[in-house]
Amino acid sequence: MEYSELGAPPEMIGGESLTVEMAIANLRHEDYSLRYYAAWWIGRFRVKEPEAIAGLIAALEEESELTRSGDYSLQRNVARALGKLEDKRAVPGLIRCLECSDYYVREAAVQALEMLGDRAAIPSLVKLLEGGLNAAVRVPGKPHLIQPYDAVIEALGTLGAKEAIELIAPFLDHFVERVQYAAARAMYQLTGNNAYGDRLVRALLGDDLQLRRSALMDLGAIGYLPAAKAIAETLAENSLKLIALKGILENNLNQIQSRSLSDQTIQVMTLMDSLL
Amino acid sequence: MVIELIRAVEKADSANGLLNAVKALTEAGSDSAIPTLIAVLGYNNPGAAVAAVDGLIQLGEAAVLPLLEQLDGYNYGARAWAIRALAGIGDPRGLNILLDAAVNDFALSVRRAATRGLGTIHWEKLPPEELVDAQLKACQTLLQASQDPEWVVRYAAVGGLQALAVEALKSNWLPEVLARFEEIIKTDDTLAVRARAMLANQQFFELSS
Repeated sequence: MEYSELGAPPEMIGGESLTVEMAIANLRHEDYSLRYYAAWWIGRFRVKEPEAIAGLIAALEEESELTRSGDYSLQRNVARALGKLEDKRAVPGLIRCLECSDYYVREAAVQALEMLGDRAAIPSLVKLLEGGLNAAVRVPGKPHLIQPYDAVIEALGTLGAKEAIELIAPFLDHFVERVQYAAARAMYQLTGNNAYGDRLVRALLGDDLQLRRSALMDLGAIGYLPAAKAIAETLAENSLKLIALKGILENNLNQIQSRSLSDQTIQVMTLMDSLL
Repeated sequence: MVIELIRAVEKADSANGLLNAVKALTEAGSDSAIPTLIAVLGYNNPGAAVAAVDGLIQLGEAAVLPLLEQLDGYNYGARAWAIRALAGIGDPRGLNILLDAAVNDFALSVRRAATRGLGTIHWEKLPPEELVDAQLKACQTLLQASQDPEWVVRYAAVGGLQALAVEALKSNWLPEVLARFEEIIKTDDTLAVRARAMLANQQFFELSS
């Protein structure tokens, strides 16, 4: 089936149904797997009760046998959940996570901070880019770089961190294409210069499906209108093209209250209709 | 010639080889390719299945009965692709399958395609005495699909309702459709769906004025 349907529906993952009260209580359960599942569940169902937020923030800081042995999977889930709950009380704890020894906790925290949209995170995010391109190398034996550069750069773009433009620009030449795209995306958001959007459009012509998917999502996220036709024509699943075009449409619909649609937004919808 | 192209599909031993063989077969545009193209829908190879669906849609009416005959007791993946092919062809003999799939299929991509298909049925191929009833059923199903939990199905339903409203022979239900557009414009939680309903409203009045 298509890309967007690969994730199993939630009822198949945990095998049990929770209530909000149970999920909050389970964040302190002695069974680690129940804490882990509760954190995911609270994020998935957008439980925004203050006790849920407080419970997650506490779990984020939790030291246990597992974290001492290097297993941070609970913290990863917690950081991801906090990103979805729109509560800025989570920001300080997430900023502390940027120094966690676990790469994936740092990545999840960066993405959560991007979603929460609090500019207070900018200085700590900028710190992760220290050393520039020279420092941005692979960790030997691991499938990732020493920092989640793509996520950091995307977050800085979303947060409108114009002060980081000079730090981000060199990453347009990083040896990992995914990082180059993140830089192009952020540079477009921070400068409004179409050259950066066009770079992502060219990426739609590449040979690697995974990279085309990634460029699709980036173009949708920045709402780059000149990309609409190239998105409709690239070789990827219609589901993803539709999501990207939806991002472009919604980013360019500033007059919905006045009930008038521009010719350009109508063209985007015509392309979307053809992909259903 | 076509026989050789069919053999090439049957003998393909890689995903890319299969994709290219299916594309070559669809380009021949021959009805005798239909059973092979339908068989490809069951191969669990999305690239080849997309190409086979495109080929079946191009062949159109001739593919409808073979597709309908294959639908029952077939593996789910193949069934989903077959529904997409029927939606693309728009032959009214596929109507009952699309009515069911638009609201009952568990895969959103199938609901999306079936919903779009309900808006692009070739109504002129239906006997006039069945037309009013069939369009009423399509309208009711599309109204239901316009409440789907997935935004893209609601988006497809709005386009389907627009197309149906423009084509309809006799539409006692039209006020209900226009009221539904208004409701979506005001209340849908996805901006793109609200915009599509605005467009539907606008184009309906342009075309019918």
